[in-house]
Amino acid sequence: MINRYRWYELVAIYAGIFVFLAFILAPFVEGFIVSLKPLSLLFSSPYKFWPENGSFAAYYTMWESVPGFARYIFNSFFISTIVTAIVLILVIPAAYAFARFNFRGSGLLLGAFLAVNMFSGAVLLIPLFRLMRSFGVLNTYLAMIMPGVAFLIPSAIWLLRTYMMRIPRELDEAAFVDGASHFYTLRRVILPIAMPGITVVAITTFIGAYAQQFIYALTFNSKTEYMPLPVGLFAYFGRQEVIWNELMAASFVGIAPAVVVIFLLQRYLVSGLTAGAVKQ
Amino acid sequence: MSVQRSTIIFAWILLLPAVLYVTVIVAYPLVDTFILSFTDASLKKTTNWVGWVNYDKIFNETFAEVIFRTFVWTFFSVSIKMIIGVFGATMLNAAVPGRALFRLLTMPPWIVPMAIGIFMWGWMYNGQFGMISGVLQNWGLIDGPIAFLARGSTAFWATIVTDVWIGVPLVTLYMLAAMQAIPQDLYEAAWTDGAGRFYRFRRITLPLLVPSLITMSMLSLIATFNSFDIIWILTQGGPNGETTTMIIDTYRTAIGSKKYGEGAARAVLICIFLSIFCFAYFRVTSRLSAGEQK
Repeated sequence: MINRYRWYELVAIYAGIFVFLAFILAPFVEGFIVSLKPLSLLFSSPYKFWPENGSFAAYYTMWESVPGFARYIFNSFFISTIVTAIVLILVIPAAYAFARFNFRGSGLLLGAFLAVNMFSGAVLLIPLFRLMRSFGVLNTYLAMIMPGVAFLIPSAIWLLRTYMMRIPRELDEAAFVDGASHFYTLRRVILPIAMPGITVVAITTFIGAYAQQFIYALTFNSKTEYMPLPVGLFAYFGRQEVIWNELMAASFVGIAPAVVVIFLLQRYLVSGLTAGAVKQ
Repeated sequence: MSVQRSTIIFAWILLLPAVLYVTVIVAYPLVDTFILSFTDASLKKTTNWVGWVNYDKIFNETFAEVIFRTFVWTFFSVSIKMIIGVFGATMLNAAVPGRALFRLLTMPPWIVPMAIGIFMWGWMYNGQFGMISGVLQNWGLIDGPIAFLARGSTAFWATIVTDVWIGVPLVTLYMLAAMQAIPQDLYEAAWTDGAGRFYRFRRITLPLLVPSLITMSMLSLIATFNSFDIIWILTQGGPNGETTTMIIDTYRTAIGSKKYGEGAARAVLICIFLSIFCFAYFRVTSRLSAGEQK
């Protein structure tokens, strides 16, 4: 058969996969081992990979060293959730318009949206800083939410539009013949059918929002109580030395909830990616 | 006619919120950057029009070096990402037991907040206590500890490796999806004719992958050119500015030194490069999809 491998081919494939995954997972393995080592062992030469007399102590002490840590995790989730909600509210109608109506300038407008993807927040940081200042939202959650939304809109529109174009037009037309208004059709006919697509967009947007918080939080916020996880972790960078084992423990605690949710939903994730790849 | 017209109005009503939002948060700042770049804006109350002074300053300083470095950094990062991505996708595309799990395991660098992955790399690069230097010493490959982030040349490559690590999952999964979209009967036909595995990969997989490769490398190019977090957390552009890319330099000038005008001029330059990439991307993808329809 075409897909049967000889033994040496199997060995080569598994070796290849091992090397590839070793590169991907090495920092996590090392990070986890660091979180188990006591500081004295961490700062000793020669290097020992294995954590002799390792323990989970850092996972307890991390809460005492940085008392605000739970708050940082909450902030990260809170910011990402609000960002995702705003993106969905803006993107669902827009994606529907792009998927269904071919009006003059629609191609150009879609291109303009996609062009936004090319600019990251980092390039526009100066005017964004001035804009946030004139809105009076510096050092609030809003300063970290508002710019994030804008840069997540383009790919969300693109992904959802692709999905909505696959919904048969006959459905809209049937509803229209029955006397339903455009708005009613969108709400009662299209939205329920597009739900799997919307889920994919929501997940990818959430991941994006979770990943991109750093630069906005670094620049637009200096209040400790609003800091999200990536910036909050700097609290483990003490005056004298970095408390590495607690920093790593805190990193794992911080990402655990997100990783669990994402692994549960990973089927949607891959299908969302695939849709983008095949239909471009 | 009136139905047609009400439809168009409805379409615009649907689009309006998103358009307005992006106009305020992206389009207006773009214009503002451009205007600022001709002023001496800073923390001072007054702002004066200074013409081309900021641009003159850029080219009198070491900025040409920074531009060159940015391109070298981006070039290596994107190329390595594509090579590892195609390699990973090929491996994960093999029909072997456990592949569902292996695919899942490629995702973490992409879904974990960037800063956290970067902290982990920061520790691994540590000369005294980090894993890379430690393991290399234990194996006897190097004599003394190497503090990867403290030397210019190693710091340059260290930041590239971390950028590759963060970018690889997306490239791999994208390439995997593209490989799975290749019709299976092509392989079966070649197999019937007695073509071996490598021959099939070289003559079927690779050629059919070219459009996806081009699309992905251009998207990757834009993302990499914009890369900020990695260098900022690992080295802040040091040592001696040897990892200072355009975006790091802009951030330092504008936010660090509060020279908004000079920073804006640098940002305008970045925008010009990005627009060129963006234009090239649209040209290439539209040509690719036109080729498909033939």
